[in-house]
Formats: sequence, structure tokens, C-alpha cells
Amino acid sequence: MSVSRPLPHDAAHLHVTGAARYVDDIPTPATCLHLAFGLSSVAHGEITAMDLDAVRAAPGVVAVLTAGDLPFANDVSPSIHDEPLLATGTVHYVGQPIFAIVAKTHLQARRAARLGQISYDERPALLTIDAALAAKSHFEDGPRIWANGDAATAIAEAPNRLEGSLEMGGQEHFYLEGQAALAVPGEDGDMLVHSSTQHPTEIQHKVAEALGVPMHAVRVETRRMGGGFGGKESQGNALAVICAVAARATGCPCKMRYDRDDDMTITGKRHDFRIDYTVGFDDEGRIQGIDFRQYARCGWAQDLSLPVADRAMLHADNAYFLPTARIESHRLKTNTQSATAYRGFGGPQGMLGIERVMDHIAHALGRDALDVRTANYYVANDSDDVTLSGVSGKKKKKKKAKALAAAQAALQETPYGQTVEDFILHELTEDLVEDAGYEDRRAAVEAWNAANPVLKRGLALTPVKFGISFTLTHLNQAGALVHVYQDGSIHMNHGGTEMGQGLFQKVAQVAATSFGVPMETVKITATDTAKVPNTSATAASSGSDLNGMAVKAACDTIRDQMADHLAKKHDVDADEVRFANGGVMVGEDSYTFAEAAKSAYEARVSLSSTGFYKTPKLEWDRIKGRGRPFFYFAYGAAMTEVVIDTLTGEYRMLRTDIIHDVGSSLNPALDIGQIEGAFIQGAGWLTTEELVWDDQGRLRTHAPSTYKIPACSDRPDVFNVALWDGENREETIYRSKAVGEPPFMLGISALMALSDAVAACGEDYPNLQAPATPERVLAAVQRLRDGL
Amino acid sequence: MDLTFLLNGESVQLSDISPTTTLLDWLRETRGLKGTKEGCNEGDCGACTVMVRDADGARSLNACILFLPQLQGKSVTTVEGLAAPDGTLHPVQKAMVELDGSQCGFCTPGFVMSMATAHTNGDTNFDDALAGNLCRCTGYAPIVRAAEAASLEPVPDWVGPPTFSLPKISSGGTGSAGRGADSPPLWFAPESLDQLAWTYADHPDATLVAGATDVGLWVTKQMRELGTVIFLNRVGDMAWIDVTDDALNIGAGVTMDRVHALMAEHYPSYAELIRRYGSTQVRNAATIGGNIANGSPIGDNPPALIALGATLHLRHGDSQRDLPIEEFFVDYGKQDRFPGEFVEAVSIPLGQDRLGCYKLSKRFDQDISAVCGCFNITVEDDTVTEARIAFGGMAGIPKRAARVEEILTGQPWTADTIALAWDAWEQDFTPMSDMRASADYRLNAARNLLIRYFLDDIGAQTNVLEVQP
Repeated sequence: MSVSRPLPHDAAHLHVTGAARYVDDIPTPATCLHLAFGLSSVAHGEITAMDLDAVRAAPGVVAVLTAGDLPFANDVSPSIHDEPLLATGTVHYVGQPIFAIVAKTHLQARRAARLGQISYDERPALLTIDAALAAKSHFEDGPRIWANGDAATAIAEAPNRLEGSLEMGGQEHFYLEGQAALAVPGEDGDMLVHSSTQHPTEIQHKVAEALGVPMHAVRVETRRMGGGFGGKESQGNALAVICAVAARATGCPCKMRYDRDDDMTITGKRHDFRIDYTVGFDDEGRIQGIDFRQYARCGWAQDLSLPVADRAMLHADNAYFLPTARIESHRLKTNTQSATAYRGFGGPQGMLGIERVMDHIAHALGRDALDVRTANYYVANDSDDVTLSGVSGKKKKKKKAKALAAAQAALQETPYGQTVEDFILHELTEDLVEDAGYEDRRAAVEAWNAANPVLKRGLALTPVKFGISFTLTHLNQAGALVHVYQDGSIHMNHGGTEMGQGLFQKVAQVAATSFGVPMETVKITATDTAKVPNTSATAASSGSDLNGMAVKAACDTIRDQMADHLAKKHDVDADEVRFANGGVMVGEDSYTFAEAAKSAYEARVSLSSTGFYKTPKLEWDRIKGRGRPFFYFAYGAAMTEVVIDTLTGEYRMLRTDIIHDVGSSLNPALDIGQIEGAFIQGAGWLTTEELVWDDQGRLRTHAPSTYKIPACSDRPDVFNVALWDGENREETIYRSKAVGEPPFMLGISALMALSDAVAACGEDYPNLQAPATPERVLAAVQRLRDGL
Repeated sequence: MDLTFLLNGESVQLSDISPTTTLLDWLRETRGLKGTKEGCNEGDCGACTVMVRDADGARSLNACILFLPQLQGKSVTTVEGLAAPDGTLHPVQKAMVELDGSQCGFCTPGFVMSMATAHTNGDTNFDDALAGNLCRCTGYAPIVRAAEAASLEPVPDWVGPPTFSLPKISSGGTGSAGRGADSPPLWFAPESLDQLAWTYADHPDATLVAGATDVGLWVTKQMRELGTVIFLNRVGDMAWIDVTDDALNIGAGVTMDRVHALMAEHYPSYAELIRRYGSTQVRNAATIGGNIANGSPIGDNPPALIALGATLHLRHGDSQRDLPIEEFFVDYGKQDRFPGEFVEAVSIPLGQDRLGCYKLSKRFDQDISAVCGCFNITVEDDTVTEARIAFGGMAGIPKRAARVEEILTGQPWTADTIALAWDAWEQDFTPMSDMRASADYRLNAARNLLIRYFLDDIGAQTNVLEVQP
């Protein structure tokens, strides 16, 4: 079976030879034109005059487009049509596209983009959470509030009480391949778009609107992205749409790729948040009631901010039972880039809130933070262990059922009312504590800190429980298209996109397993809106869950038709036809798969099928905040040790140990790759990756020279990653679990370890804010040392 | 002027090129070789890394900020030229496939070229060799595992046989194609210091290009037209190192990679500072003269050179002059350099090594300093006899902490003395706040670095990079 084998990424041999083709690598005819945007230089204002003569006169410029030149829809929003492709009168952030240049070369377009003379009547700009709060600048009608029980009373009556506030920065995706699109005009108004996108259907939809044509006239193809991380869920719309409009206007293929600085200036990032909290807890640190105020800086347009903020609320519990909780979520509209999807989609921010509370409670009680965390864990599902000795027969059965029901009833619910049925973190944490030697290393850290005045060590173990499913329930569907050709080769297509995560490889393994054929029999093909329609974004970690099932359904349909045919031919039952090892056994006879395919073809049996899947069991009311938004949870835990320099705030991760739950892995090599990469990316978010805007709303960190993602030497010196041995209790594709986002939040252990190290510098709580740059670490150390 | 180099083993001759065409654009747009990727177009991500070889060996370089004339007489290997002609993968390519070193694959060609260069050179310090390559997917662990696995394999025979032939260089390095209205800008590639001196004296408005690690960005990011360009890569007598009993004399054209090796012998703390200067690709291109002459307040060489009391040698036409390096930096964006005058060499006194260099940045590798502090404090009989302290990132120029030096000098070398200088820091420096750090952090950290220097001197453990897990 191909499934569960640690096979390399399907395109690895193309990656290492430079032969893997990305959008900007697609050969284009000499007539291809190149686009760039002219950008707003102010954060908020009315455009009073636009002099583009110099732009038009610049070398190589073929055309200049402004909002008035757009023939149909001027909108690239994925949600509420509030995001004009080109500004119409008002500009809302520094970097907003105002005009587009169509030129003979990329360089000529970029040069011309700087020649526009735009005059503005500047307006006050809302740049910060506090400014937006003061101006009551919200998306939706105000804060969304979910409450479970009477948190205020529970907090008031609890033996202990704490308040605090945590700021956490946003995060630039820094996909290595910048945004790119290529539009090739076809006959009769058709348009072919190549886009580096996680969401081809949305590109198709927005391009169709902009061209005033039905969706059937637009075909979008995506073979691969050079990284996505959520940044290509909606942020590619603008490039694809302007290329299509320009291609229609000029009759030439049109290509656009953002220069890195433009990319970082124009596109949205992870939402930065502030989370204020009030918590009541007992002397063991168990939470009695909690009140979170989550403030998300959403930027100028709504984009995906509502579901992002919802998911932050949905992860305010992380792995902890909150008997009473009130969560207030503010989605603030500001004059900055429109914050967008980013791996975890709000989950990391919500989760960091409660992890910070755990850290704070432990410090206040003088207890080990791990003890406080496990004391607050949801109860384990022990129903499998229910044993009733000494009871027999019918009575036993009846009693067992009753005990099972009781065990089920004892299971705890999340604040939004979903029962946590498979909580495995007790065992997983025990294993990690054992494997990584938590107790001994805790003692070693304390000994080190007592002996060393300058360098302090810190240690933290943090868990992850992440909900899997799109919270917009109708997105939880997927389609596939599979053909078996008469030579036995297989063409596989589905709605998911490949951005490096290995989705295509995993799904191809599913297909090969269905037919019992070797991997090379299955051809992986580019995502194409003409093959599978109405797809959801490859997002929410759902890629393999959804598309794996859809492809399996398609393969099984064809396989069953082949089996029926062969069974009839040999006069046996269909269940006596077996597909394995590249062959088909029919009773006593055997075929190669190719012979079987040829036989079916000649018997006029269909060898092509679509497949469809929709996730079961989901029921969710996002306004009330009640229901079952998630099919299941993915779990994991990380233990990280750091050392800090209390003179400069510099620090290093020394060691990280991870155990992560991917259910029954479809491909352990790819899964471990996702976990390693996600941890480093999560740690980067909370350490070196700092987005800085100035008081004019200009992003000052708009290139890798100023925005620092982790480099090679930033990974921990010792870095152990293991997969949890267990299968998904839900019926997912081969009982696997989603892996894209959940391990990102293992990076929280790095911040908590830094907090632990700072705590060794004094009595007070470190109150370390994120990202914990050396500057913030030093500030926290000095606060503790000065006793402020 | 014609330009000749080898590309993946084949000779390339170009004429009438624009001197500021980058290798990356030329590869992708003109040659249709799309394997080399553009990730940032400023030399920070390494996706465009290529291997460049000449008589001095193999180096990795960023193609996005490498102008074509810099390649004269060299051999360029891109990712398309790395596997054997029959398609057999290079050991680093094979290991990257087998050990899951690629995910999205976009950074992979650059990593592969950095790894192949390290492999060719027998370099197994992968954290440093790969510091200039960013990967957003893998977290680096599988890439390093692949590099380690490949290091056990021999250099394949199709890579750089010792006898490989470099293209013949046409003689007559100065001059350029005739200038019509549509001709590309004038550019020169002098082959000796004298030629350079005369050419620059004749064209004092020309832009000098050494490694192009900064000038490259003027073109790719600021979209500046450089006008007349004088390339320094062919000036043979500018890239020398001369070590005497009492001085290190370094030609301005010596790359930072070579300065690193030199300092490892003489001033290890300076070498450690250079190890974190840019990345391997940047150090392979950047020159010490370029880093001084561009006058940046955040360049990492000037603070070390000032602390060491280095002397700068300037040349204009036939005349030369020397000055203490700190006097070169007059004000932000202003140096003591006449039109047509250039940095020819720098001399560093050799003596007791009391140098301590500290570079503070958000990330250890490939990051520009928020604060770079260099201390050279001489202590005799427990008393400070001389203090030279210089900082980058604390003012508009690289600058000495004159008042702090004054307070320390003549005092006992103790923690109490350091405390005495507490207020003097604010007299010496009024740093600014920017995206790298706040003024408060800069001032606090600068103060603390003197403490760290003192603690290092008495043998305390202060360096997080030296802590083992």
C-alpha cells in the first residue's frame, strides 16, 4: 500500500534541478506584457488630483489603467465587496493600488510606477488598536461576544484573581515566491489565468466579475506555489484580475509579479492582537472563570477577518476546560494593510492568550507552569477503558452501556458547546515529559540560573488542541476527477492546491492505494477549475482530509466498475476481484492493471469518474457561538529550552522536543516536515519577526533586510520530532489527521520558555510581549531587576 | 566593451550590455534559464544563488545583485548546470530529494547551489554556509541533514575538475562601447590601481562598484540610474593582503570572506563579527573598501577598525593621503573624500589583542546591526591606560564614545569604574529609534556591552552562542 509510506515530495526531483515551474517560469510569447501597481503614499485621504502623464510617457509603457478604466466590477474582496482593485477617490492605507501600468518589461513597469503624481486631501488615519477603539471603528456592528456560564461571578468568587494584557504582533507570510499571475486571452472572450493561489475558484470568480463574463469563460490553473501559508488565499486576486483586464484590453498575455517590497507593502499579514484577560482560579491553578477581550487589528477591508477572529475565540480554551468563560472579540478597522489568512487563521492568537494566562497563574502561585497546565486539561475520554469485572451476560452489556454513557456525559465541553471526545493530551504530555526529561531539566535550569548572573535559561512545555474544519460549514466539501486510460495509466485531479505541503503526493498515494498500483502509474496534474469546479481554498489544514476523500471516492467508483466488468467476464462475485501490486486478481485469473483497463475499455465500461466529499457531523451557529464547528481536534505538545543574555536581550533556542498527533499518517516524512517547519515558523512569529509601522502608517519592515524570519542557525541545536502513535477516532481518509496548521502553535513553547528565563531575573511576572525581540526581552529583564 | 564568461561550461560573449543588468535578470529574461529564482532582489534570501569560480576557487554569490561586468573571465554555474550531463544528480541534489529537503521548492535551487559550493570547498559549517538562504517551509532541519549526508560523498568528477579552463579575457580594460543616444551607459573595468585612479579622476561622478552588495540595491530597489560605472573587480593590485610585524595592510578590494580568514588569525573577536556580517554570499562579494567607503552608520567594519586605530589610505590620481579612519566619517552621508578620490587600502596596527566586538540585531545571521560596539581597552597594572570604544548604529556615523573613554582612562579596571561612566554614554550618543531598535534599547545595550566586555575580560560566561544544550 502506498498510503502511510514516507515517500518524498512528488516534485522533489524538479525542485532540486530548477525544473519545477512556477507562474513566472511559464514560457510566454514575446508579446507578453508586464504589470505593476502605482501605490498610495498616504494612509488615509481623498485623491484630489492624479497626474499620470510621466507614467504614460515612460519607456516601454503601453497602457495605464485607473479605476475608471475598469469595464465591470472593481472589486477583489473575498467577502463583502469592500476592496476595490484600484482606488476610487479614497485611499485607505499606504500601499493601496491606485493605478496599474502595462509595460513591455517588468522593470519598465516598476520604474514607471514611481512616476505618478498623486495629490491627496489627507484624513486622520487610524493606525492602532486603541485609535480604532476610540473611534469605534469596527467590522460588523461591534464586538462579538460569546458567553458560557456566569464568568463574572465565578471570577469574583474564585480564591485567586489575576488581570493582564498581552500584545502579539502580526506576521508576514514571506512565501519565497511572491504573488504572481499570468492571464492569456483566448477566443470568444475566454481567459486562461495561471495564478499562484490557494484558491483557484475564487480567482475564477473575481476574474469573471471583472470581465463581465460567466465563470465558464474563465479557466484558472495552478500547478504549484512557492509557499502560501494563507497569504495566497485571497491576496492573489488583485494580480489575477488586473492581468485579465489588461489582457482583455490589449489582446496580449499579461503577467504581474510583485517585487518583494511591493508584496510586503501591498498584501495583508497575520492579524496582530491584543488580548486582555481577567481570570479567577483556585489554589491549584484551576480556572473557575475567565474573561477575555480580544482586539484584532484587521486593516482597511474585511477580507477574511471575521472567520479569523471567530477562530481566535474558538481557541481561547486551547487544551483547557473553562467552566465559565466570556469572550469578547473586537474586529477593528484601521488604515493599514487588510490583515488576512495566515496558518492557524486566528487560532494561534486565541491560543496564545490562554497559554499566557497559564504562565501568569503559575507564576502567581509559585507553581510549575506544567502542573498548572495539566491541572486545567480537559478530562480524558476513558470510555474505551471501561471494564466491568464480575458482571456477566445481559446485565453486563446493559451496565456497560450505562457506564459508557456516564463516561460520555462526564466528558467536558468547550466554551462553544462542542464535546471534547478524544482528548489525548494527558498521555501525550506524559510521554513528552518522559522522553525529553522534563523533571531533570527543570532542576538543571534552576541550578544554572542560580549559578549564572548573566545568562539565564528557561524551559516550557505547551500543548496544542486545534479544531479541524472550515468554520464556514459549506466550505467543507471537495471534488475530484480521475481518469484511467486504456494503457492503465491514471490521471488524477482534485480541487486542492500544492504549496509545498505535499498534498499532491499524499493524495496520489491514496489513489495508488485504491487501485493497488505503483506510484508512477498515477499522474499528478495541476489544479484546474475546468476539471473540478466550485472548490474551496486549500486552507484550514483541510487539503488531504477533503481532497483525499474525494479522490478515493472517484477511484473507488472506477475500480468498482472495473471489478463488476471483470467479475461478469469470469462469472465470479465482484468481491473476488482484488486490486494489488499493480495487478488485478479475478478468482484464479490475473491481469496486469493495464490489461484490466484495456479489457474494461473494450467492454465499453466508463473509466472516468468524479468524486465528491463533504465533512459530516458539522453544525455551527457563529452568531450564538454554539455548536460543533469542528469534525475533530488535532493535538500536539512541544517542550523548548532557551538561554537569554540579560545584558543585551539576545537569546537562542537550545533544544525542542515535539510529539504531534497526525492520526494514522498518510506519509510520515511529509508530516514530520510540516511539523518541523511549522514549529520554526511559529517560533519566528513570537521572536524575531517584527512588523514595524511608523506614525504615518508606513510599513518600515518591507523586505528581508528589515523583517527577519528564522535563518538556518535559529533552529534549536537539538530538535526532536516524533509522531503520536494513534489513529483518528473519526472516519477521515485512512484515519489520518490534518497537519498544516496545528503544529504552528507548538512555537508558543519558545515564547513561554523565554518568559520562564526572564522570570529568573526577579520576583515580578515578566509580562513579556510578542514578538519577544532582544529589545523586548531586555526590557522585561530590566523591569524585573529594577523591581518596577 | 565585450564581456566573456562561462555559463554552465559554455562560453558566453556579450557586447553592448547595460552595465547594471543583473545576472539574475539576464539568466531569466534573456537566456530563459528559469531555475534561478528571484525571492527578494536584494541579496537577502539566497533564492538566486549561483556558483562562481575563478582562479581563486568556487564561491556562492547572489545573482540578483551581481552585475554582468563583474563576471568577466569567470565561470558561472546555475542550478541547471549542476547535475551531470547525463542527468545524474549532484550529491547535494540527491540528498535533498531523499531527505525531504524541499517543500515548496522555490528556495531549493538557491540552497542547492550554496550546498554544492560548500561541498566543492569541503566546507561543513552548514549554519554559516547556509545563513544567506532563507527557507519558509522546512525549518531547515532536513536541509542540514541533507548537507551532512552529501558531505560524505566525493565531489563529482563533472564539477570543477582542477584543469577547468576560464574564458580568455580580452585585454584593454578601460574604455567602453561608443556612445550613441541609444548606447548603454559608459562603463569601465580598469585593470590596475593606476588605471583606476586616472579613470576615476577623469570621471569623478562615476559610481564605483566593487561587490555591489549595496550598489546593487540602488539599482534593484531604488531604481536609480547609476550613470557612468567603474567596476573594480578587475583591478588586480587592489586585492592584496600584506602582514608585517606591526600592521595588517589590506587592499580595499579584499572581500570580507578573506578579511574573515585574516582576522581569525589576528583578531578573533573581529572575525566573529565578520562571521555574522551579511551571509556567505554577501561576504564573498563585499569588499572591506566598499564597506568603509559607502559611509553607512551601520556598517560593521568601521567600529572595529576605529577601535583598532586603523589608518585609511586614499588615492586621487597620482596623489595619496592617509588619515585615521574615524576622521573619514564626517557626518551622515558625508565622508572626507574628494571627488575622484577612492579608498585604496586600510592598515590595522598589530599588537596586544584587547579587541571585543559585539553585534546586536534581531537575528544572529544575515541581519544589519541595531548596535555594533567594539572595545579596545588597554589595561596595565589593573589600570586603564588607553580606551578606544567605537559604535555603529548609535549616531549618523560610526563614532567613538569619547567621553566614556575619557572617564575610563587612568581608572582601575573594575565594575565601579564602569559605573562611573554611566551618564557619559548619553553625552556621547543620542541614538535614534527605527525599525531595528528604539533609542532606549540602543543606549541601554551600549552601556551593557561595556559590562559584557568587562565580564568577558574576567572570564565570565556571557555569550548565548556558546551555551550548549
